[in-house]
Amino acid sequence: MIRKLILTALATVAFTAGSSFAQEVDPVIKDVPFSFDGPFGTYDQHQLQRGLQVYTEVCSACHGMKLVAIRTLGDVGGPHLAADQVKAYAAAFPVNDTASNPQYNDASGKTRALTPNDNFPANNMMGAPDMSVLAKARAAFHGPYKLGINQLIHGIGGPQYIVAILEGYTGKTKDVAGNTVYENDIFPGGWIQMPNTVLSDGQVTFADGAPNDKLSEAKDVAAFLMWAAEPKMMERKHAGFDGVFFLIILTSLLYLTNKRIWAPMKGKKTA
Amino acid sequence: MAGIPHDHYEPKSGFEKWLHKRLPIVGLLYDTLMIPTPKNLNWMWIWGIVLTFCLILQIATGIVLAMHYTPNTGLAFASVEHIMRDVRGGDMIRYMHMNGATLFFIAVYLHIFRGLYYGSYKAPREVTWIIGMLIYLAMMATAFMGYVLPWGQMSFWGATVITGLFGAIPGVGPTIQAWLLGGPAVTNATLNRFFSLHYLLPFVIAALVAVHIWAFHSTGNNNPTGVEVRRTSKADAEKDTVPFWPYFVLKDLFALALIFTIFFAIVSYMPNYFGSPDNYIEANPMKTPASIEPEWYFLPFYAILRAFTQDVWVVQLAHFVTFGLVDAKFFGVLAMFGAIAVMALAPWLDTSSVRSGKYRPMFKWWFALLVIDFVVLMWCGSQFPTAIIGWVSLIAATYWFAYFLIILPLLGVIEKPTKIPATIEDDFNAHYGTGGSAHPAE
Repeated sequence: MIRKLILTALATVAFTAGSSFAQEVDPVIKDVPFSFDGPFGTYDQHQLQRGLQVYTEVCSACHGMKLVAIRTLGDVGGPHLAADQVKAYAAAFPVNDTASNPQYNDASGKTRALTPNDNFPANNMMGAPDMSVLAKARAAFHGPYKLGINQLIHGIGGPQYIVAILEGYTGKTKDVAGNTVYENDIFPGGWIQMPNTVLSDGQVTFADGAPNDKLSEAKDVAAFLMWAAEPKMMERKHAGFDGVFFLIILTSLLYLTNKRIWAPMKGKKTA
Repeated sequence: MAGIPHDHYEPKSGFEKWLHKRLPIVGLLYDTLMIPTPKNLNWMWIWGIVLTFCLILQIATGIVLAMHYTPNTGLAFASVEHIMRDVRGGDMIRYMHMNGATLFFIAVYLHIFRGLYYGSYKAPREVTWIIGMLIYLAMMATAFMGYVLPWGQMSFWGATVITGLFGAIPGVGPTIQAWLLGGPAVTNATLNRFFSLHYLLPFVIAALVAVHIWAFHSTGNNNPTGVEVRRTSKADAEKDTVPFWPYFVLKDLFALALIFTIFFAIVSYMPNYFGSPDNYIEANPMKTPASIEPEWYFLPFYAILRAFTQDVWVVQLAHFVTFGLVDAKFFGVLAMFGAIAVMALAPWLDTSSVRSGKYRPMFKWWFALLVIDFVVLMWCGSQFPTAIIGWVSLIAATYWFAYFLIILPLLGVIEKPTKIPATIEDDFNAHYGTGGSAHPAE
């Protein structure tokens, strides 16, 4: 009994003390609402197209996306570009880092034009992380006490993390071994190599006239990267809805069958 | 099938008799399906069927995944994404397999704790218990190796840390570690052998499961009272039991359908909830992640591993008496495996003559504390190892050992059990207020 009391007391201390550690490690990231949140959420096709534009014009200078096939830009549920648009997009997409993409060299060793069947090129020139599954490789929400329970409400928060990083600059810079690094409240360690100028108000002009302030651009590219990481999410949610619907019926029928079979054993009358 | 007296299969038609003489397979299936089962089993007895289902699910989805996966350090990560993107239904199959491991471990922990509470490990079911522990060990090995296959950061660094534990064994450790890895570090050779063994071990588990079921079908199921089925006559046995089909088949199927509904919702709506985001970063031997954390189902034992540091006097004592052979790291490894070993020895450590915890007033509290202890350890394992976490882990790890090595043997001596029902039938009738000799059936 005494041991139990001590343990309970210590556990309480640990749980309350835990919060101070948790805050040190994880800065609080705001929950940005997205159209694909929740069990019935879907990707916003126009937002994905805008995000693709941000990726193409801004991010792709340093970030590769080597696991995503360009043809999937035409998929229903994705940016859903027309076939000729996908073709034109692929042909115009530059291979910046030729050394990392020898598969796109022709017989003479020169980089050839991309086709829809190619993947986006890799890009390792600046050491920036590949963006193919980036939105799944980051988490905005961990709490409380790193239990991850708040993910049940907010989701894991990959896109929210991406928005927060883009919004997290303090404006300070410093030199580390000849490279400029930028202070960022969200980035682990506090200093990031990505310049705070990569994305700014009005940087990208959207054909659909959507707002192009920095926050809107950040949200659009975060949504696009979520699609890039989880292109089958909408299909899976549909399957989930159908599956759960039929499983509830099956479970109900089995419940009634079980109840009826056991009724005589338990001295109840069967209906 | 000795034990509880019941009807056996009688071949009727000419063909049945012909086959039965040559291969009594129908009889085996009949006896297995119609086995007399205590009629008072509660809802904690459903985890066996959930576990069987998990094994089938993991093997079925795993076989399909293996058709598309490439066990090569340069290609593995991309091949998993190929499954997610290009294989029809591949994302669903892969997420089922991934979350299937989680369901498997939730079920196995509930199954084990059910056994610990109702004394299912006690004579004559020690062999069932030991086989169960072997299955659990094989499951952990399979899950660990499976987690390495997607070749993410946690895959790589998890493999490095866990195989490093074997390297802590004095003398032969480094040799064993190199043998496990196929070289001095986690490389392509490691990935290939882990893939091979990850495919093999589930079939070993399937064989062990068959023996596990055979063992408890020989002794008969335990039940919430721990009172044995009367075997004096078939009529007596039938008062305590019902045939497995249809009573428990339907009960189990209902429970399974309910659990699968929840499982399917998780797979469809939040498939990465139980995973680490870091494992979507391709393995990079040059870059150690900020924190290397095992999957949730290993956390309690990971906490025990970390609990025994250089500062703990037991570790210092062990270091001293073995002339430095046992250092803190090796002590931690011993503690981690010891935590499972003491659980396996429960049948011989528990001295109480009463089987079910229901009739053990003191045991109940210590058991509840063990469950809390397990959760606390799991939480500790997920935390950054600060001084406070270290202390909580150490206390929790100590309680884990104390429960099995001190409390279980002592309680049997000092505890006064409450009144146990004479028969399963009495218990069942008391619960439902029905039938039985005391209350004639309507």
